[in-house]
Amino acid sequence: MSNPLISARGLTKKFGDFTAVNGIDFDVFKGESFGFLGPNGAGKSTAMRIIGATSQRTSGTITVLDKDPEINGPQIRAHLGVVPQQDNLDMQLSVAENLYIYGRYFGLPRKFVKGKVDELLAFAQLEEKRDAKVETLSGGMKRRLTIARALVSEPEILMLDEPTTGLDPQARHILWDRLFRLKEQGVTLLITTHFMDEAEQLCDRLIVMDKGSIMAEGSPASLIKDYSTKEVLEVRFGSDRNQSMADQLRAMCDRIEELPDRVLMYTEDGEALLEKIYAANLHPKTSLVRRSSLEDVFLRLTGRTLIE
Amino acid sequence: MSITNIRQGSLVLVDSAKVQSRGAFYVAQARTRQMMKWIWMIIGIAIANPILYLISVGIGLGGLIDQSVGPAGVDGVKYLTFLAPALLAQAAIQGTMDETVFPTLEGFKWHKTFYSMNSTPLSGTQISYGIFLTALFRAFYTVVLYFGVMWAFGAVESSRAWLAIPTAIFAGASFGALMQALAGRLEDENIFFVVLGRFVMMPLFMFSGTFFPLTSMPFFLQWIGWISPLWHATELGRHLTYGHVVSPTMVWVHFIFLGIMLVLGLFFSARIFTKRLAK
Repeated sequence: MSNPLISARGLTKKFGDFTAVNGIDFDVFKGESFGFLGPNGAGKSTAMRIIGATSQRTSGTITVLDKDPEINGPQIRAHLGVVPQQDNLDMQLSVAENLYIYGRYFGLPRKFVKGKVDELLAFAQLEEKRDAKVETLSGGMKRRLTIARALVSEPEILMLDEPTTGLDPQARHILWDRLFRLKEQGVTLLITTHFMDEAEQLCDRLIVMDKGSIMAEGSPASLIKDYSTKEVLEVRFGSDRNQSMADQLRAMCDRIEELPDRVLMYTEDGEALLEKIYAANLHPKTSLVRRSSLEDVFLRLTGRTLIE
Repeated sequence: MSITNIRQGSLVLVDSAKVQSRGAFYVAQARTRQMMKWIWMIIGIAIANPILYLISVGIGLGGLIDQSVGPAGVDGVKYLTFLAPALLAQAAIQGTMDETVFPTLEGFKWHKTFYSMNSTPLSGTQISYGIFLTALFRAFYTVVLYFGVMWAFGAVESSRAWLAIPTAIFAGASFGALMQALAGRLEDENIFFVVLGRFVMMPLFMFSGTFFPLTSMPFFLQWIGWISPLWHATELGRHLTYGHVVSPTMVWVHFIFLGIMLVLGLFFSARIFTKRLAK
């Protein structure tokens, strides 16, 4: 395998007594889509800021494009495209102007940037909004513009911090489509998310983070295989009965998780398990058989759900 | 629609050495582009302000003062001529303050645009210098327009009066740099604006020898003038526009005071911007 574009060993970041990132190791290779999955406060964004050479580590080592972000910040940032959690667009300028001025910050020639603006407006499906003020755009449009902006310098690595947080389902799907096209083209993507479906759709490989530490690493499929069963049966007996039923249910499958509103039963065959429950004369109010997801992996690793 | 042109790694095009030398100008270009969105309002204010002040205070109040002091005048000249250089410096100070404080708050707090700039090769120092350069640009045309109105009102007597333009801009730059550094540290701007407006800008305007010579004030209040960039610029402006007597030593003192303020302002502004962006 070729040299990694990003390589971190024992990467740590402390804010006073609080440890935001706690000695993590990871490598990101060219052309892969790498994810940080974890709940809010897991240290994902802090790790991204260290990689993006805008925040200094407390200890450990990291190289980005074979350089140290602490020493070669501007040289590294010259080859990164950053999509922050909050769309920090220039609200007073038009859509096209936002792309243009951002390109100029990279020292790109005027003529090149002007051509690039047209190309990126098409990519972001914002051609008709070219001269509109940014403040008039919808949340999804702003997000697409922020992603287009990050591509203006044709970066080596595109970094996306919670790319679809706060968007409605339709806007999320449009955005995923755009990102998936980039992934297909071999653009190296670095994504943080607390949405397991987003991580499953977009990431070739990911690390699961909690409280600043890495809990597991692998492809979405391998993580599910290693830390969960093939299927999950969700049953609801009513919030007052879920707990009392748990002991009986536990004996019927590999593992169960009791959540406040439902019980999750881990099994290789959900339908067969459901039949077994009915045969035992237990009658859940609702039941659902589904495939295991990264949410189940996270639950297994931390005992908590991703969104709490 | 095709995205076949989305490429990666334009190593040839992205030139971080070029950004290192020109980064502040890129920021200034972007900021100027923003400013152009309300340029007519800025120009309108820059012209209307001196007209209103010079008519009401310079001619209206000045007429009464000129009658009462007689041919001796105030500092040997008409009140309008005495007042105008102070207003010129005040316009520069107000203009640079607006163009340093508001963009700084917008960049760090309101829209967080400085963070997007800092995710490019631009550094905190370059961002702070870029904002400052744009403020200088505004101070320049504000002062030139103001001076034009002063000239039209007959408030300019000396042939070297035009030199009051750079001295006013210098004072604006000094104050603006310091305010930019201060704004860079702000977390809660509401209290700041109350304090700034009522306890800084107003006393500076009233007690910097703007409307009467500083020496007319009780000695215990004169210190406000000494620490005020407005007084230093006003003294230089009066010296240049109508020959107000300032000793060569005091000319140096005025320039050195404003120079120190400028250097400290720029130094702390760059430092504060860099630290806050890296938080």
